[in-house]
Amino acid sequence: MASSLWKSSMMKRANLLKILSALILFGAWEIAGRIPVSLAFPTFLESMSALFAMAFDGTLWAAYGETLQPLVVGVAISAVLGIAIGLWVGLSDFFDWLFSPIFIVMQAAPLAALIPLLVLAYGIGLTSKVLVVCIMAMPVIVLNTAGAVRNTPESMKEMGKAFLASDLSVILKIVIPAASPVIFAGLRLGISAGFIGAILAELKITPTGVGDIITYSRSIADYPSMYAAIFSIILLAVLFLNLLEKTEAVLFKGNQRGYVSD
Amino acid sequence: MVVADDIPESAVSTRNISKNYGDVEALRDLSLEFPRGQLTSLLGPSGCGKTTLLKIIAGLLEPTSGEVEVNGQMVTGPGPDRAFVFQDFALLPWASVMRNVSFGLEMRGVAKSEREDIAARYIKEVGLGGFENAYPHELSGGMRQRVGLARALSVDAEVLLMDEPFSAVDEQTRRKFQEDLLGLVQNENKTFIFVTHSIEEAVYVSDQIAILLPRPSRVHEIIRPSGFRDKGVDNIRRDPEYLDIVDEIWASLRTYVE
Repeated sequence: MASSLWKSSMMKRANLLKILSALILFGAWEIAGRIPVSLAFPTFLESMSALFAMAFDGTLWAAYGETLQPLVVGVAISAVLGIAIGLWVGLSDFFDWLFSPIFIVMQAAPLAALIPLLVLAYGIGLTSKVLVVCIMAMPVIVLNTAGAVRNTPESMKEMGKAFLASDLSVILKIVIPAASPVIFAGLRLGISAGFIGAILAELKITPTGVGDIITYSRSIADYPSMYAAIFSIILLAVLFLNLLEKTEAVLFKGNQRGYVSD
Repeated sequence: MVVADDIPESAVSTRNISKNYGDVEALRDLSLEFPRGQLTSLLGPSGCGKTTLLKIIAGLLEPTSGEVEVNGQMVTGPGPDRAFVFQDFALLPWASVMRNVSFGLEMRGVAKSEREDIAARYIKEVGLGGFENAYPHELSGGMRQRVGLARALSVDAEVLLMDEPFSAVDEQTRRKFQEDLLGLVQNENKTFIFVTHSIEEAVYVSDQIAILLPRPSRVHEIIRPSGFRDKGVDNIRRDPEYLDIVDEIWASLRTYVE
């Protein structure tokens, strides 16, 4: 009882701190815009009013209709395929040897410089953009999943075998849940990289959606709209990552406090 | 004191077990009988291969040569006739006490309602009634090992393999565990194989103590304490036979302790 009270008051404090830090950030933005630090840097309030204007006249929603396509498809492919390949790589030395180098190269590659090659091969359509999202999102998901799977505590796997779990049960009931905190950490990193990839694709391949708002507003020096578009994509990413965190907390309740041996 | 002539038949026998890790000989030609319904301790200095032997009996490790029989059946892997209690508890941190205890039954394909009934009974029996929905991180070390014990008991295996089960809990909890273990050996009709590095613990709980010496590991001596088992848990530690055996074991082990 006492501990749950303490917990809820800590939760309140954490939420309060979140709001406070947002207020400080926006305040600093407003002040920096008013000085101004640069003619191309609008104030927070200007950007927000541009955001609401775009939301009311529908341009923002139309833009997200475009941007979300490669983003959702790319993130979904990266998450499903990334976790699957990561499991494989983590469980088998052969697949580790086969796949790990590809993803390490993918993660280190200067993607912006490679985009012309992708366009050459796959055109300027959705395929190229989905690929950009995947190249950004997948490596960290694969590598994190593989690392987590490889580090499953040996005694837990031994316990599974001693109590007659099949190999499949050991993977489903022990390896994956044990790896889940690190898999989710990889998902969080991968998905934020996917958001960057989606915008990068729209800036570098063809200006559509949110990328188009950014490019177009900059070309006509409508900086508040440009920053409003950037702000909206960051906001979306933050909301999505929070949702992911909530999902994790519901799925693996006991994991929140780390491992038993801690 | 050393040899009794009424040794029951063996539930587990190991014959000529050798185990090499590369060039390192962990066990050499080790043969040992484990009488049915009794508790046998494997005692020895660290690195003497007692845990290796236990895991070979469990079917978790394969011997390089030699064989293990449980009830006359050759061991080729883990089986329903054996259950394991781990030194580090090996509980699943994301699963409640109930799910942890019923894990073995779940893997045996027992239906959910039935396995939860059985698990609930054993959770009560080890003294954790009311903690069914707690998570391992909410329990003390001693309580976690009670979960591990309940998990092993709930699958109703004939042989209970315990790998230094009390070494990670505090001294007072350990004493309580040792007393409870004596009750368990008496009431459950099971064969216990118990690995420990504590001489006092081995003498206190065992019907038979196998002393292993290291590098490579072999059975040095088998001791069967017989005189103080019926005198009650409170009188064992001051029984002259108990004290003599503890001294005798220490005398044979002391040269092997660095």
